[in-house]
Amino acid sequence: MRDWTRPFCKLATLVLCALCLTACSPREPDPTGAPPDIRRLTENQYRNIIADIFGGAIVVGGRFDTPVRTDGLLAVGARNATVTPGGLTQFDEMARSIAEQVTSEPNRRFLIPCQVADNAAYDDACARQFIERFGRLLFRRPLSDAESATRVGLVRETTAALGSFTEALSSGLASLLVSPQFLFIADGLEADPQKPSSYRLDGFSIASRLSFLLWNTAPDDALLRAAESGALHTQTGLEQQVERLMASPRLTAGVRAFFSDMLGFSEFDFLEKDSIIYPAFGVAAARDAKEQTLRTIADHILQQDRDYRDLFTTRRTFMTRTLGLVYRLQIQAPKGVWQPYEFPPDSPRMGIQGHLSFLALNSHPGRSSPTLRGVAIREMLLCQKVPAPPPDVDFSGFNDPDSPNKTARQRLSAHSTDPACAGCHRITDPIGLALENFDGAGQFRLTEEGVPIDSSGVLDGIGFDDWNGVGTALRGNPAVPACLVNRLYAYASGITPAARDPWIAYLGDHFARDGFRVKALLRRIATSRTYYAVTPAEAADGASAVAANFAAADHEGY
Amino acid sequence: MRMGRKHPVSRRNVLRGVLGGAAVSVGLPFLDWMLNDSGTALAAGAPIPVRFGTWFWGLGHTPGHAVVGKTVTGHGIDFKGECEALVRHRGIINYFGEFNMPLDGRSNYPHSSGWIASRTGSAPDKDEEVPATTYDLLIADKTGARTRLKTIDLTCTGNPSHSYSARGTYTRTAAEVSPMAFYARLFGPDFVDPNSAEFTPDPRIMVRRSVLSAVKEERHQLMKRIGASDRAQLDEYFTSIRELENQLDVQLQKPAPNEACEIVPPPRDDGVLGSTAGVEIEKVEATHEAFTRILAMAVACNQTSVFNMVFSDSFSGLRRAGESLTHHSLSHEERLDPELGLQPQTSWFNKRSMGALATFIDIFAATREGDGTLLDNVLIIAGSETSFARTHSIDDVPFMTVGRAGGRIKTGYHVVGNGDPSTRIGLTTMQIMGLPVDSWGTRSLKTSKTISDILA
Repeated sequence: MRDWTRPFCKLATLVLCALCLTACSPREPDPTGAPPDIRRLTENQYRNIIADIFGGAIVVGGRFDTPVRTDGLLAVGARNATVTPGGLTQFDEMARSIAEQVTSEPNRRFLIPCQVADNAAYDDACARQFIERFGRLLFRRPLSDAESATRVGLVRETTAALGSFTEALSSGLASLLVSPQFLFIADGLEADPQKPSSYRLDGFSIASRLSFLLWNTAPDDALLRAAESGALHTQTGLEQQVERLMASPRLTAGVRAFFSDMLGFSEFDFLEKDSIIYPAFGVAAARDAKEQTLRTIADHILQQDRDYRDLFTTRRTFMTRTLGLVYRLQIQAPKGVWQPYEFPPDSPRMGIQGHLSFLALNSHPGRSSPTLRGVAIREMLLCQKVPAPPPDVDFSGFNDPDSPNKTARQRLSAHSTDPACAGCHRITDPIGLALENFDGAGQFRLTEEGVPIDSSGVLDGIGFDDWNGVGTALRGNPAVPACLVNRLYAYASGITPAARDPWIAYLGDHFARDGFRVKALLRRIATSRTYYAVTPAEAADGASAVAANFAAADHEGY
Repeated sequence: MRMGRKHPVSRRNVLRGVLGGAAVSVGLPFLDWMLNDSGTALAAGAPIPVRFGTWFWGLGHTPGHAVVGKTVTGHGIDFKGECEALVRHRGIINYFGEFNMPLDGRSNYPHSSGWIASRTGSAPDKDEEVPATTYDLLIADKTGARTRLKTIDLTCTGNPSHSYSARGTYTRTAAEVSPMAFYARLFGPDFVDPNSAEFTPDPRIMVRRSVLSAVKEERHQLMKRIGASDRAQLDEYFTSIRELENQLDVQLQKPAPNEACEIVPPPRDDGVLGSTAGVEIEKVEATHEAFTRILAMAVACNQTSVFNMVFSDSFSGLRRAGESLTHHSLSHEERLDPELGLQPQTSWFNKRSMGALATFIDIFAATREGDGTLLDNVLIIAGSETSFARTHSIDDVPFMTVGRAGGRIKTGYHVVGNGDPSTRIGLTTMQIMGLPVDSWGTRSLKTSKTISDILA
């Protein structure tokens, strides 16, 4: 007789298992909070905001203060960045140029929110509308009454002085663009109604954190409205906005910005290869090499939603005709057109560490560098710090033309007999030497100076015979996903997590449970309590800055 | 005639001034520090200011192959080998040998400790840390408020981060990389020809000042909203605002007539100069020469009183086309030639660097000013970050002064430091430029000993 209870038992078992999984899943640790954040906009954020608000046709020319990489990320350095006199001069010039473009024909027709019937006459309603509309988007919150009045007054007086209302609007807009309220992303706090005597981020600061993390730009109108309504202080409202932002194509820009920072791609601005030694690797190839890796990453973790670790073994990528010349592939796509491409199984190309971008960026202008590549893998992908070389290092045996050592492995082996050098080279070279089949431009080769290249290596105890082994070893190394979690949260918060931080451990645990999906990790951070938890900073006079904050907010009327 | 500075212009007053449409003739006020000691003056009677500059190159010299060593300070510099190109300028140079940089047990961070210690007077505790303000900015703080640009920062490497001027780790000045952009910025619409008969304050400059005033009005409220640790970040921003206001104030006044000020033709944008140049030596030299021609005129036209020129970065990425090794790689990897006693290719780059310095001096020497040349009225510190790059040694790092500093210094001396801290050079420089400092530096780098041998 058929046991009719069996399906119910199965169902009950499944429910129990699900409940158990939920119950066994570690809970988010109680947030400890971090001091309020203040960060200077990065160059990309500045450019993205201008394009989002005023359109992509607005040209942003000029030079930005030099960013400083801290603990592997420019985003962490941005937390300490300020604006030097030279940098302010540049911001001032950019502000004036952008404002002039916005208020000139043809842009003024759709960017000035009113008809300017008589350009010589001041129009108070139009000035107020213009300043408050763009001020809200640039300051990422509504302007206070005082902020608005100052700028409307500026427009009024400038109209009288110059006899041009549109030029006056331009000066009003420039004063927004050069303001620290625009150039710095500064947290605002408010009293937490759920916890007496405690404080929380105000809604606009939550909106900014969300938007800069997921889109690498300022909040859009819908997100600002959610902040205004108080929705971002509810878990449901927060999750709705996170889902909206994550469903947007703009998520790609946010993810690209993070990986560009993590992989040190800002150095592409100054990448140079010797055109005689590497004739195929010019400016266009460098540009496409960077783009290839960012496209591959975005496709892998966003469109395909795949395991992050597979980035180091994937053969799926994108290709242009220019890149094809460097990779020595026949690419039929029209010039400048990207097409999906998959390296065949017998290709030496596997994983993003086999891309031209990684290989060429971590090389010298005229030759490869196993040490630079080894350092890059250790520091960028495994979050390990490689000590600087000793001051009195002598490499003279390395480049001796009379030496029998022809390959980098032979030369480094001789050099590594120096005990002062051996310690570090032992942790970098066995990885970098496995990539020696790729020259300084990332092109494949079998020999160096006529001698076959030995590309065997070892990474944290995992040995391999050739270049493909690097990817497999990275794929299986637990430090790889742990490093990603660490870097992503540092990027999001601007603070390098402490060692053994329980919050990072929690994120790492869930990253594994989520199959190492970066989208899931982003969602978990963006919907967490920890990401928005703050501890009040102490004011210069010893009092709580928050108290002063309230006084200021009350005074300013928002 | 010296004229007192007008009161700072308020936003309201500025705009009222515009409404008046007044054409004013106000001489650019020169302060006492700017007056030279030899009494020479511009044709129109205004005294010639003394300007300060730095000229940096990476990787120093090969010891024993740049200048004949001396045991005592004395007149006469025997340049040789890598410094051969400077022989023709030795009368306008002072050379400083055997000055050291004691780090008090701190690490010698390769290619950074040297420039940081010599320019800030303090050794860094960690790599790339800039523990204090570099002396060029201390000088600019005193002298730069009366020129259109407080400082001019140029690098010939194509990378704006190759700049050795900073107020701290996170406030390094970004250098200009393109001669074309530099020219446009300098001699573009904001440039006022000092030799023009008429002067009308540009109302748009007045509006710009009003824009900054509007921003500044928010300072108080903004500062109340942030914690103490973040205030320094914003303080720096508002200091920058004030400096820009000062520069706009300068532009609202008629500059003194200046016969030396002649606008040079713009550099030709042939795809070699500037940001696309990279670090191939010929391209760097071409960029350097183009920059120097514009800079000399910027100085002659009193557009700035402080400038910094970087010929090559502290890791010197200079390279020759078709060669796989850069200057830096060669300095570590090239064998010493036992007969020559040097690394031939590394030395070649060192020599080219000194050739570029000689070119720089040539251009300044060819720029007439008053009864002499620009070199009479500048004080330039040329220096590097290592003495012998092969070992990253920072003892006996080469430093030189170029120019007569308005007659305040004697030239042509080889000064022997006998192991004294190199901060003596920085201290003396600041004193020559009129800063009221009697000691400078920290720990073993601290000194109160002026190098009196070169003072006029």
